[in-house]
Amino acid sequence: MTSAVSFQKASRHFGNVRAVDAVDLDIAPGEFFAMLGPSGSGKTTCLRLIAGFEQPTSGSISIFGERAEGVPPYRRNVNTVFQDYALFPHLNVLDNVAYGLMVKGVGKAERHKAAEEALSLVRLPGYGARRPGQLSGGQRQRVALARALVNQPKVLLLDEPLGALDLKLRENMQEELKSLQKALGITFVFVTHDQGEALSMADRVAVFNDGKIMQIGTPEDIYQRPRTRFVADFVGSSNVLPPDFVQRYSGQHRWGSLRPESIRVGRAASGITSGEGVSARLVSTNYLGATTKLALDADGLRLHAIVPAGTALPGEGEAVVLTFNREHLHLMEEPA
Amino acid sequence: MSLDAAMVRATAPAILPGSGGLRGALSDLFWRKPKVLLLLMLLPPVLWLGIVYIGSLFALLAQSFFSIDEFSGLINREFTLKTYGDLFQAANLDIILRTVTMAALVTLASAVIAFPIAYYAARYARGRWKALFYLGIMLPLWSSYLVKIYAWKLILAKEGILTWLLAKLHLLWVLDAWLSLPIVGGNSLSVSFTGTFIVFVYVWLPFMILPVQAALERVPGNLVEASSDLGASPGQTFRNVLFPLALPGIVAGSIFTFSLTLGDYIIPQIIGTSRLFIGQAVYSQQGTAGNIPLAAAFTVVPIVIMGFYLWGAKRMGAFDAL
Repeated sequence: MTSAVSFQKASRHFGNVRAVDAVDLDIAPGEFFAMLGPSGSGKTTCLRLIAGFEQPTSGSISIFGERAEGVPPYRRNVNTVFQDYALFPHLNVLDNVAYGLMVKGVGKAERHKAAEEALSLVRLPGYGARRPGQLSGGQRQRVALARALVNQPKVLLLDEPLGALDLKLRENMQEELKSLQKALGITFVFVTHDQGEALSMADRVAVFNDGKIMQIGTPEDIYQRPRTRFVADFVGSSNVLPPDFVQRYSGQHRWGSLRPESIRVGRAASGITSGEGVSARLVSTNYLGATTKLALDADGLRLHAIVPAGTALPGEGEAVVLTFNREHLHLMEEPA
Repeated sequence: MSLDAAMVRATAPAILPGSGGLRGALSDLFWRKPKVLLLLMLLPPVLWLGIVYIGSLFALLAQSFFSIDEFSGLINREFTLKTYGDLFQAANLDIILRTVTMAALVTLASAVIAFPIAYYAARYARGRWKALFYLGIMLPLWSSYLVKIYAWKLILAKEGILTWLLAKLHLLWVLDAWLSLPIVGGNSLSVSFTGTFIVFVYVWLPFMILPVQAALERVPGNLVEASSDLGASPGQTFRNVLFPLALPGIVAGSIFTFSLTLGDYIIPQIIGTSRLFIGQAVYSQQGTAGNIPLAAAFTVVPIVIMGFYLWGAKRMGAFDAL
């Protein structure tokens, strides 16, 4: 089957800066694909390469089997939801949504009807006469979504679309975007630096760093079986364990990762002999509501543990013993 | 060290004493009643604008309702519309039409030339290039207006550099063909309306570039990308996004170019034909002819035209995006 988007050794260099460096990528049609990474990791440049705002300096990009290099954005059946929405301030909401159809020469009555339908799809019916300036951030986001979807793109690109929304609204929009994608069957490519967002929404996630893809896989893959220290650390802030430490528990001299929720924290005096656990000192506790995050110092090694709220905790600065199930210790591919 | 800091923090008062004196008292007063400061700052310019500027404008307006006694040359201070009637004599109407046409053409040409320059400056110029842009735009404004006009007279003269350059390029026939046209032509560019037009555009261009550049600067770059993303070709993006958003700047600039051309009396005096423009008519009526009422009536013409112009611009929605 042809990929919706395919990168073959695609690079985008700006002088000496390798924003995207020899990336290979295949996104399946109808997939909800997330590009995850810290800022400056090249994920947004990848999105702009698909949209056509950037051209690859080497390598090739194809969209549904058609070569896309040298094709301007306005000739690509791909639409973008911009980070700050980029709504036209001089047009009302209806004309904003109908813009794509207007420039394609669709008649006024027809394009306004399509725009109204798109607005109901994003649950903003009857907002057509307002100006973008009169809408809240969440509403503007929906208008931007409707403006892209009304063109029935082959691929919808979303550039951190939820970044400017507050937490509650963001969670609602995550669910809505996911169900919208399921219902429409359009390929979504979603850029985010929020690992929770990527894991909860996407079918597959690509983790970016320094212009390269560190790992592509399902959210479970990425979360449970990170291949490198960077992925382990960036996705869900796993504890990255040095080879010497890992050798003591698994016998192999490799980098390892241990999820904070896999660590159990006990008092040093509670009967566990020091041979079975890791002795450490509790540095600080961070109450997060449903859970509590503990910062621990195991002989110079910084570790984090997450325990359910309500667990009896030792005081800060006290000695503790850490235990964990050995099968939760994941060995990474990265060489020691 | 931290202990010392803690001691200092413990003994320091929570509220500092007033600095005392007149300055302290005034600072406190202005802070408590910001409107007092505002009033003090606005009073001088408002007085200037209200009395000196608007007042003299009304004095001028009043003059235009007087008339001149054609035998004695004395001003008859009785209300009459006769002077305004004089404006509609063929010769005077000619002056008005000529000036308005010239102002409109100069404005149009300025807008067309200014847009790409302003677009480059707003979109692409950064750092050193931006400084160079501002310098390039402002530098002509620093030198004397008269010097620039006389310089242009030399450039446009029959023996001038332009003729020489066109001769070298074997393009003199283009100039000759243009100069042989009625109305816009003449003996040389420096004594034709074409010359007047060129110099007007040159002199007023900065007043168009700067507001257009400011308007374009406020258009977020991603609007252009969004338009392109939604399928608009560069031409469609210009018509549907850039131009409407730059329109307030173009209108602001055109107010300058249009009104400055309407009122100028030096450029057409030095470069151009012997036919008068409004500014020259005012100058000669109040000077040699001593007909102050007619001069005043002529002065009212640009004011009325600008009034209509602004009203039309507002109706077109030029100020909506402000």
